[in-house]
Amino acid sequence: MSKYRMHLLVCGGTGCVSSDSMLIVENLKKQIKANKLSDEVQVVATGCFGFCEKGPIVKVHPDNVLYVEVKPDDVTEIINEHVIKGRKVERLLYVEPTFEQRISEHKDMPFYKKQLRIALRNCGAIDPENIEEYIAADGYQAIGKILSEMTPAQVVDTMKLSGLRGRGGGGFPTGMKWDFASRNAADQKYVICNADEGDPGAFMDRSILEGDPHSVLEAMAIAGYAIGASKGYIYIRAEYPLAVKRLKIAIGQANEYGLLGKDIFGSGFDFSIELRYGAGAFVCGEETSLIQSIEGNRGEPTNKPPFPAEKGLWNKPTIVNNVETLANIPVIFLKGAEWFSSIGSAKSKGTKVFALAGKVNNVGLVEVPMGMTLREIIFDIGGGIKDGKKFKSVQTGGPSGGCITAANLDTPIDYDNLIAIGSMMGSGGMIVMDEDDCMVNIAKFYLEFTMDESCGKCTACRIGNKRLYEMLTRITEGKATPDCLDELKELSMIIKDTALCGLGQTSPNPVLSTLTHFYDEYKAHVFEKRCPAGVCQALSVYTIIEDKCIGCTACARVCPPKCISGSVKKPHVINQDKCIKCGACLKACAFDAVDKK
Amino acid sequence: MCTNELLHEKFVELDAFIDGLEEKEGSLITVLHKTQELFGYLPKEIQLHVARKLDIPAAKVNGVVTFYSYFTETPRGEFIINVCMGTACFVRGAEELLKEIQDKLKIKAGQTSTDGKFSIDALRCVGACGLAPVVMVNGKVYGRVKKEQLDDILATCVSENA
Ligand SMILES: Cc1cc2nc3c(=O)[nH]c(=O)nc-3n(C[C@H](O)[C@H](O)[C@H](O)COP(=O)(O)O)c2cc1C
Ligand code: SF4
Ligand code: SF4
Ligand code: SF4
Ligand code: FES
Ligand code: FES
Repeated sequence: MSKYRMHLLVCGGTGCVSSDSMLIVENLKKQIKANKLSDEVQVVATGCFGFCEKGPIVKVHPDNVLYVEVKPDDVTEIINEHVIKGRKVERLLYVEPTFEQRISEHKDMPFYKKQLRIALRNCGAIDPENIEEYIAADGYQAIGKILSEMTPAQVVDTMKLSGLRGRGGGGFPTGMKWDFASRNAADQKYVICNADEGDPGAFMDRSILEGDPHSVLEAMAIAGYAIGASKGYIYIRAEYPLAVKRLKIAIGQANEYGLLGKDIFGSGFDFSIELRYGAGAFVCGEETSLIQSIEGNRGEPTNKPPFPAEKGLWNKPTIVNNVETLANIPVIFLKGAEWFSSIGSAKSKGTKVFALAGKVNNVGLVEVPMGMTLREIIFDIGGGIKDGKKFKSVQTGGPSGGCITAANLDTPIDYDNLIAIGSMMGSGGMIVMDEDDCMVNIAKFYLEFTMDESCGKCTACRIGNKRLYEMLTRITEGKATPDCLDELKELSMIIKDTALCGLGQTSPNPVLSTLTHFYDEYKAHVFEKRCPAGVCQALSVYTIIEDKCIGCTACARVCPPKCISGSVKKPHVINQDKCIKCGACLKACAFDAVDKK
Repeated sequence: MCTNELLHEKFVELDAFIDGLEEKEGSLITVLHKTQELFGYLPKEIQLHVARKLDIPAAKVNGVVTFYSYFTETPRGEFIINVCMGTACFVRGAEELLKEIQDKLKIKAGQTSTDGKFSIDALRCVGACGLAPVVMVNGKVYGRVKKEQLDDILATCVSENA
């Protein structure tokens, strides 16, 4: 990289690409050429910077200046002012919402200050389509060192010592998993990278694959050496076209450089990687079901034991590891297991990437040491709640997780503490909710998801979740009977206890946790037929404010059951008994005279 | 005539793809991805063709096709409107967007309009949560979509492809 005096790093992650960041790259390149700066300044399309909310992002290196919400038309100014004259383009700098201050230095932004980037270390820093850049960032050094200096057993020991636990949801110690698989003798073993990222609202795996695909490939090779496997598969969602493209490029380049394939570094170790595509089934993120899917079958989970480490793909010992888990691994070998285990909390080492989303100011990817509090993540890094609203709850763990309330904002989060407060880590989705969100409706949203995604193999999950969903629907429609809250709880427990796989076993969690923390909200729906957040359509009450109504009759004309009466130029009234709560009157009134509660 | 030739070419390409696979075992899903890419959907006759070619029971092929939501047995519309219903989009109003689009096009999610022009799908996170709520039309992502913009979005995608 040293040849150039300046690098312009443009985010090429999905979020920014959707707002034309590739056009920015193109414009920058054109103008750099036009200004004859091609020998001095290089434009690089990188992976996600994490700061997706304010994308597209352009970072100027080495000045460490971050421009946000850049438009293709802003390119001329960046070139003329910053690149040529060395003056920052003030209006494109990030404005910190709490102090209303423009911040230019990337490292001074509260969003980045508290983060520690290990898994995301190269995202936003290197060109993911160029293996040379990964190599320049110490890439493939770990595997080189391992193949020349370490035995497989030493590799497994280092992993155990590091304390790394699986980032795909379960939190199982990675070293132990590798140990089991390495002990099971077989003529062939497999390493599978789980890139099925199913939690709707989590996108860290996708960002790692888009921003730093080689780190995952390198880690898979390390895993292969450790357990004695020569073949790896990456099971990736077909809905991730950009990640698929970058992986294909990366695998091609690694093969070309002899960093994958036969006799890597002349060590006699062979390792090759192939892609396999998911086809839109959430349950395929579960490892036994994923293996079924790679074998070309319906992705239905199988009983454990036998665990994949014993009998996995084609009945051979197999390890399945998550993308983020893998992305941590090369650094562990470069900096040492002690270094890694010095970060984090007592039982959860290292960092975790969270996809911070929902009603928070800075939606994006954040990587923080385990043990940070939710308050720090949501308010310091996330910049607080959008539009000055009140924080209500944060949901972690996706469809398997639960809702956490303000009372637990100061709990240091790691695998065990999250479970203790009734949620879980899951893959790292973190959805912030404010006073406008109805918790019953949120529970219903997750249940709709699990109901759709249940593979149907066991009755409790197939029928049970459908029943839960129907009960929640009745509650949100004000049709529930008084004993339904007990029924909800009872059925939830039955599903948890009898389901075969993790999907069913955890699917009632969103219901149980909202029942625990937001019981009053459920009660309001059931007993008062009222939705405190004003979300549930069927429970809303429409009235016409007499003082504001000018009697234009617009509402009466659109009302489907014709339940609005009144004469021209006189205030109208709604007959509540007939109103179907369609909201048409609210939309039709140009005088703000219709009120919805 | 012309369409028949086209169809024939697609079958030739599919067969060549299958013949070129290193391992046939376990390749069914890979083959179905390719098939859907070629034909746009997976009707029974084509499933049967795949089954014969891979020498596996047609019931197994159908079992797999119906299990995975990515595979479709009916033709999709010219414009596929994907409304992201991931959690991040949901809490920023995706539910109402979906309702609005369904009302506008008078079809439900998962259906195709009778003129074959539009299909609506509800997707999980497309990975652009920073732009929530997100609507995708034939792969193009629209972020921070408001109900009022929907008409414009539909109109531009139709005119751009006209
Ligand atoms: C219903 C269900 C869905 C899952 N989805 C994913 C997923 O999308 N990605 C993932 O890495 N792990 C997922 N898992 C966890 C995997 O089964 C497995 O534990 C994990 O991939 C192991 O890798 P790790 O130890 O590196 O976390 C899921 C589990 C269940 C029960
Ligand atoms: S718990 Fe649900 S998803 Fe899991 S095997 Fe049973 S039916 Fe399938
Ligand atoms: S909500 Fe619908 S049914 Fe009720 S008064 Fe308004 S227009 Fe009529
Ligand atoms: S549309 Fe508004 S102003 Fe007109 S009659 Fe109805 S409530 Fe009154
Ligand atoms: S996609 Fe650009 S910052 Fe995340
Ligand atoms: S939830 Fe819609 S893009 Fe992530």
